Parts: sequence; C-alpha cells; structure tokens
Amino acid sequence: MATLAQAPAGDASGQPGLDPHADHVVVRFAGDSGDGMQLTGGQFTISTALAGNDLATFPDFPAEIRAPQGTLFGVSAFQIHFGSSRIDTAGDQPDVLVAMNPAALKVNLKDLRVGGMIIADSGEFGERNLKKAGYETNPLEDGSLAKYQLLAFDISRQTLEAVKEFGLGNKDALRCKNMWTLGLALWMFGRPRKPVIDWLTRKFGPNALLRDANIAALNAGHAYGETAELSGPLKQFRVAPAAVEPGFYRTVTGAEALSLGLVAGAKLAGLPLFFGGYPITPASSLLHALARLKEYDVTTFQAEDEIAAICAAIGASYAGSLGVTSSSGPGIALKTEAMGLAVMTELPLVIVNSQRGGPSTGLPTKTEQSDLYQAVYGRNGDTPMPVIAARSPSDCFEVAIEACRLALMFMTPVMLLTDGYIANAAEPWRVPKVEDFPPIPVRFHTEVPAEGHINPYARDPETLRRIWIRPGTPGLTHRIGGIEKSYATGNIDYSPENHQKMTDTRKAKVDGIARYIPAQRVELGEETGDLAVVGWGSTFGPIRQAVARCRARGIRVSHIHLRHLWPLPANLGALLAGFRRVLVPEMNTGQLKTLLRDQYLVDARPFSKVSGQPFRIAEIEAAIEGMLAH
Amino acid sequence: MNEMTKPVPATRPEDWASDQEVRWCPGCGDYAILKAVQRTMPELGARPETTVFISGIGCSSRFPYYMETYGFHTIHGRAPAIATGVKLANPELDVWIVTGDGDGLSIGGNHMLHLLRRNLDCQVLLFNNEIYGLTKGQYSPTSRVGTRSPSTPWGSVERPVFPCEFALGAGARFIARVIDTAQKQMPDVLKRAYRHKGTSFVEIYQNCVVYNDGVFEDFTDKRNAANTQIWLEHGKPMLFANGTKGLAVNRETLRMEVVDTSDGDLSRVTVHDETNKAIAKMLVSMRFPEFPVALGVIFCDPRPNFGEALERQKTEHTQGLVADLDALLRKGPSWEVRPQDAGPA
Repeated sequence: MATLAQAPAGDASGQPGLDPHADHVVVRFAGDSGDGMQLTGGQFTISTALAGNDLATFPDFPAEIRAPQGTLFGVSAFQIHFGSSRIDTAGDQPDVLVAMNPAALKVNLKDLRVGGMIIADSGEFGERNLKKAGYETNPLEDGSLAKYQLLAFDISRQTLEAVKEFGLGNKDALRCKNMWTLGLALWMFGRPRKPVIDWLTRKFGPNALLRDANIAALNAGHAYGETAELSGPLKQFRVAPAAVEPGFYRTVTGAEALSLGLVAGAKLAGLPLFFGGYPITPASSLLHALARLKEYDVTTFQAEDEIAAICAAIGASYAGSLGVTSSSGPGIALKTEAMGLAVMTELPLVIVNSQRGGPSTGLPTKTEQSDLYQAVYGRNGDTPMPVIAARSPSDCFEVAIEACRLALMFMTPVMLLTDGYIANAAEPWRVPKVEDFPPIPVRFHTEVPAEGHINPYARDPETLRRIWIRPGTPGLTHRIGGIEKSYATGNIDYSPENHQKMTDTRKAKVDGIARYIPAQRVELGEETGDLAVVGWGSTFGPIRQAVARCRARGIRVSHIHLRHLWPLPANLGALLAGFRRVLVPEMNTGQLKTLLRDQYLVDARPFSKVSGQPFRIAEIEAAIEGMLAH
Repeated sequence: MNEMTKPVPATRPEDWASDQEVRWCPGCGDYAILKAVQRTMPELGARPETTVFISGIGCSSRFPYYMETYGFHTIHGRAPAIATGVKLANPELDVWIVTGDGDGLSIGGNHMLHLLRRNLDCQVLLFNNEIYGLTKGQYSPTSRVGTRSPSTPWGSVERPVFPCEFALGAGARFIARVIDTAQKQMPDVLKRAYRHKGTSFVEIYQNCVVYNDGVFEDFTDKRNAANTQIWLEHGKPMLFANGTKGLAVNRETLRMEVVDTSDGDLSRVTVHDETNKAIAKMLVSMRFPEFPVALGVIFCDPRPNFGEALERQKTEHTQGLVADLDALLRKGPSWEVRPQDAGPA
C-alpha cells in the first residue's frame, strides 16, 4: 500500500515526499494547550468520517488545563490516521505535522516521518517562543528541517486579517487560528466545510460575532490552500473512501460508547440504571455523558468521594436498580473495600476502570493498562470478581452490555477495564440495534416460604447465583452485610465449616462464569503455530497490524485478544498449548503474562511499554521477530 | 408496592424484633435504644417490609440484625453513602441509619457531612458513647480531652467533636438529642425524626458499660436530672430545675445564660423556637456543667430533600422527551453506507 511518505518527491528536500494518491495518511495537530487542538482534531475527525474514510485517533494532552503559553509541557496534540482501507491504530508516525508554535514542533518533530510535511505558524516563531522551547536559532530558517517538506507561513497574521472586519480584540481574534488551520487541513484533504460550519453555528449559538469570525477564519484557511496550490508546494490529497460493511455509521469515543452500552445493558435487563461517580481523569466523561441521559431511566449521583460513589451504587443495587460506578486507578483503589462488600453480599454492580499511568497519581492524562493485578487480585480476603476489558472505543458498547449481563446473571460485581486512550479516542462505529442483543433476564424473588424465614443466600444450582430480594417485598425481610453469613440460613455464621463452604461457593460461582462466556477465538491467523501474540484492551490495533504484517512476510504468528480476563475463557489453555511460543505485549510490566503463567504454566513472555503512549506497530513487529529469531 | 395500598393490620412491638439473639454486652445502653425503637415503630404506622435499617461497623451497627425489617450491615463509616443509593433508587422505603461516634464522625465523617448537606430523607441514630467499643476501648473523636485508653495511656490531647454542633454546621435541618435510658421521651423524638422529610439527625448518649461506664452519669443520673437536663419544647420557655431556672439569650453578649426564675418571672427566659438556627447554635454549644444538657428537638426547619429535588428537576427537564434508545445510538455526526457503496470489508 502506498503511504504519503513513500513516493519520491521533486522538491528541494531531496527526501521522499508526499504522495497525493496515498491510501492512508497520519496527521498530527500540535499546539499550545490553549490553542484548541483537540477541537480542531475532533472536527477534522468528523469531516473525515463523513468522507467515508476508516480512521483512528489519538488525543494526547497535558494534565494542566492551561499550562503556561509556549512551554514544552503545555503542548497538546491530536493525531488522526485515516485511509481507504482498514485502520486499526492512530498510526506509528505522522505524515503531516501541524505545529502551531516552536514548542509543538520541538515535542513532536521526533515522531514525524522523514520526508513528512511540516505546516508551521511562522508568526509564532519569534524570539520569545523560540527561547521557551529551547531553540537557539529558528528551525524554520536554519536548515535543520531539511529532511522534511516545510511549509511555514504566518497563520497568526492570516487569521488576524481574516477576522479583522469583526473588530475582535487581538486575543479573541488569535483564538480563531485553529479554525484557520482546520480550514487549510480540510482543503488539503478535500473535505467539505459544511459540517464544521454547522458545528460552529451550534457551538456559538446566539454569539453571532464569534460564530462569524470563526467561520471567516475557516474559510480563509481553506481559500489560502486553493490559492497557494497554484503557486507553491501545497498539494491536495485524495484519500478514497474505505470499503466497509453497509450500515449506519457514526463516530464514537470510548466514553460515549460506554455510556450508551450501560444504558442499553440496563434497558435489556428492564432495570433503572444508577450511576455513582466522582470526578477523576480520564473517567469523568462517563459521568458527564450519563448525566445527560436521565430520560432513559438513569440516575447519576456525583458523590463526595470515590468510596461514597461505589457505596451508593451498591445501595441502589440492593434496592433493585443496576448500580454502576466508575473511576481510574487511584479512585478504584479507594473503592476496594466496598467491592469486597459487593462480593460478600452478592449484589450486581459494574465497576468501570478507565486506566491511566500509575502508580499513585501517576500520569493522569496518559494511558496505561497496569491495573490488571488490581482488578483480578487486588482485594482483601478471597474475593473473586469477574474482569472484562474493551479493546477499542466502539467495542466499549458491547463490553458494557456484557458487564451488565455478567453482573445480573451471577449477582456479582464486575470490573470493566478500559483506558485513557480508549476513553478519548474516536473511531467510526457501525451502530447496532438494541434488539440485536438478547434480553438480560432478571428475576426478583417474591415467594414467601411456607414456614420459617427466607434465606437470602438461597442459590440457583446451575449458576450459584443467589436470589435477589427487593426491599419493599412483603414477608421477605432479611439482613445482609459484610460479616460471613450461613450458607443455609443467611444469618451471621463464623463457624469454620461454613466459612470454608461460603468461600468455596463464591469461588465456584465466579469460576463457573467460564461456562457462560464464548470460547476464545483467534483474531488473526491459525489456531496453532510458532507464536501466539496475546493481548487485551487497547493494544488490539497495533497487535493486529503487527501480526498482519509479519504474516504477510510468512511468519507463523497468530493474534489472540482477550475480552474476558477473569475468569479466562475455558479453552484458552488448550489454545495456547498449540503454539510454540507466547508473547504478551502490554502497557504494563507484564501483568497478563503473570496471569497466563499462573493459570496454564505456559512460558508466556512479556513485551512491555509504560511510557504513557500506545504501542507502535513497528515496536510489536520487532518484538515478534525478536522472539522468533532464536 | 401495590401491596402497600391494601389495608394491613397494625403492627405490634414484637413484630419488629427479629429472631436473632442480641449480642451486646449485658447492661449496654444499646438494649434500651433497641427496645424504644421497637416500641415506637408501630406508632409511626411504618411497615417492616418498607423499612430498611442500614449501619456501618461498630457495636451500634449490629442494630439491623435485631430488627425484623430489611437490613444492611455495611462497612465502616459508609452507611450514609449506601443509604443514599437505597433511598434514591426507591424513595418509598423508610431508611434508618444506625451509627456510632467513631463510625459516623471519624471514619465516616465525610459521608455524614454530605448526607446532612444534601438532606436525604432518612433518620440517623448516632449512638454516642465517646469510645470505640468493638475494637476494645480506644478513645473516639467524641472522647473528652484526657481520656485514658489503650491508645492514649497518658490521656487523649485532641479536642472532641460535638455531634449536634457538627450536624448544625453541616447544614442539618433536623437535630435532636436523647439519652439511652430516656424511655419516656425517646419515642416522641423518634416520631418527630420520622415525620421530618429530610435527614433527621438524632444523637443518643449511650452508656458503654465495659469501656466508658458512667461517662454521662453527671447529667444522666435520674436523681439529679431536673437540674442537669433541659427538655426543649417548641414555643415554650426554656426552663429546667423544676421551673426555677431558665435559659436566656443575653442580647448584649449574644450568648446563652442561665437565669434564676424561682420568683416566677419568666420575662427574660427565651422561648424555644426550633426553626431558629441562632438559638440552635447556642443550644448545641452549651457545655455541661456550666449549662444543662439540651435534649429533645433542638432544631427543625425543613427544606426540600435531596431525592425530591432530584426528582423535580428530572421531571422538569425530561418532560416530553421520548426515550428512544436506538435514536440515541444514532445521534451525532453519522453517515450511511449503502450496499452498492460497500466493497469487501
């Protein structure tokens, strides 16, 4: 496949330039955190999706809301990879880097493909900004960017001119720069401006001045492209639409898909959804999304802390709703004791963990998948709890429904793992119908025993699920709690044989879930071979692409990607035994690797990355080759 | 909840007692409180099946096991948070929280603050014995300075928190105080708490016979109670010592003071107005023995409760909205790929 940077170029750089007929392109918008790069990227994404390309995005922003202007640590970036064929990742290397200031150039240049294009706002490359970014000389002028196609022009001045007629102050006028840049990008890739104009009209609403100024900037950027093409190196690219399954599509982020999936899960079960949350990056977006869906029988509760958030959700489940709580690693740690209570009282509960870089506060806005131990093992006592993980933004929808299903079918808390990358990244989603999913059967116990008291721990002999009694039901008053209860009566019981029996029962119930989840299939490749690359969560895209590339070179490698992490699918051990070697790429120091070794005595080897950045395809490719080289 | 609308026979106190053997120490103040609650429930017109007792951890938190109602013995300090979920999920339930000084004001202090501030419709019975009982006698957040305990062998140096003062500061709209042995007055206070729509905070001085025996004796001893206790009544002059003493707000110092009324002159005595927060502030700040201990309903000034406010807002904002989930899934920037557009996927 042709990529932007592989075609020879005729320009002065002497490097391979950009191919106007490339079938996939990676563009990175980078600027100050106040430059609106995430908005620019988000709008470019929508236009790209509407043009029919497959795509994946990677928003990468600092933890600081408004870091000091022009600094390296204040750089915010948004990367989009789009193409006319299947796109699994946000791309290893940008083909085009839009740098709104020297700091953005400095931070992002190392990732740019040699021969790639730099679009820089020369108006921001003054002495002060250069110094802040640590440049001694101006890179736009000193020849240091000769390996790339450099397009430097004064975006700031162009924007000021474009919006002059609106009489905005200098600061407000310059805030339209991102729309100018977006206009240019839309022109470069032949995208219509209308969706952006519609969005600006909605966004600014009654503020006609800002709306019109932004639209004027957008149009000016677009017009600049048209004019410059006639005279300069700026060329338009045509990336043909991707061939995809027919259907109705939309773009969706992980947080959006998760909120929709939780609402769908509750609806399939016929239950009200109660969501208890506490603000934390990058999990808050789920709270925000659900707060706007109250007409779908959703209650959201912003609690005083993480503990109250999960406890309120447990209380709601006790009262007959489907309780859900969500957080990121540090907040999940705070919820741990309450998870034990939910296990002990056997109440349904979904706990969403949008993982971020740890330990402690760690890297709040960067991605990692280092909470697997915490999810599977991280509680006091023998406290088994199912754990599942989403692989991509759109996958969050189905995984959320699956979490609801397991929680209700087995009367258990379920941990759903996603991560900062999935939560914020967007991709096209072929929208399913809710009726495509089987209903989740829920039954509240109402029968009053002929004599004696109800045993709230009476179980279904197959699934070992306990009965669910809603307070308010006559004749079934009972007490539950965190203290060990009698298997036979539900009353407090500390006796040795009872604790053994209840511990064994809780374990058997969760282990037994393996009988009710799909057999593990191989994502790509044969069911036996030289190497199985086993992944989970957001590493799906890079692993799949890396395995595909290696297979194209004749390597006998297969990709296995786990949704169910605890319990593991019943056939996984046998499946792994069919491979000579097992490689586990993870954005942690080897947590799934440990789990697989423990469960199957298999010599799984870790391939670890904890830089806060997703894997690149090339990194995994190299690891596969390295593994098979000896 | 249809069953609720059918006529149901009235309950008796014994209908509210579970078959579980009570496991508190002999002589514990908890027995008296349990008895008073079981005795009061029929008078409230409450039903066991729509009543939920929720507790945290500690001696007091065993309470739900002994009530023949729905009960949830949760984890340390978290009963208010669990109760919030229960009540929001089913507003028809009568929710009672049973907690102690350690559970409610130390490990669970944050939840108590926010429960009171939000004004969730429920009753809080805070058993204050000024000690950690279940963990064998350490000083608690309400222990007085100098309390000797296994963790403070030389006496505690921390200033205690005063539960009713805390509750008032947190924004509680109903505050009352009783003594475990006050079997005559406790039902009335419980009834008022039950009828108040919002968080009803009731501090109960409860004697721990094993680790803090007699800590309240100076003012609970019935022989001297007339002089050491003042039972408040809304709209009545605040009198004690058989009417020979009264409480008066000094308008110059803005402080409460004890005045002599033995001559029958009540003109200086302040009339209790339970809706007056300034008076409530003075009543909860009074320290024994300089002042008598204020008992009964100290403050009651209802405001919309949390569940009701949420419900009203939800009705307002979702009126006329159709909950079409398939339409929701399709919302936002979208496009259709028709079969003739699609190639091999």
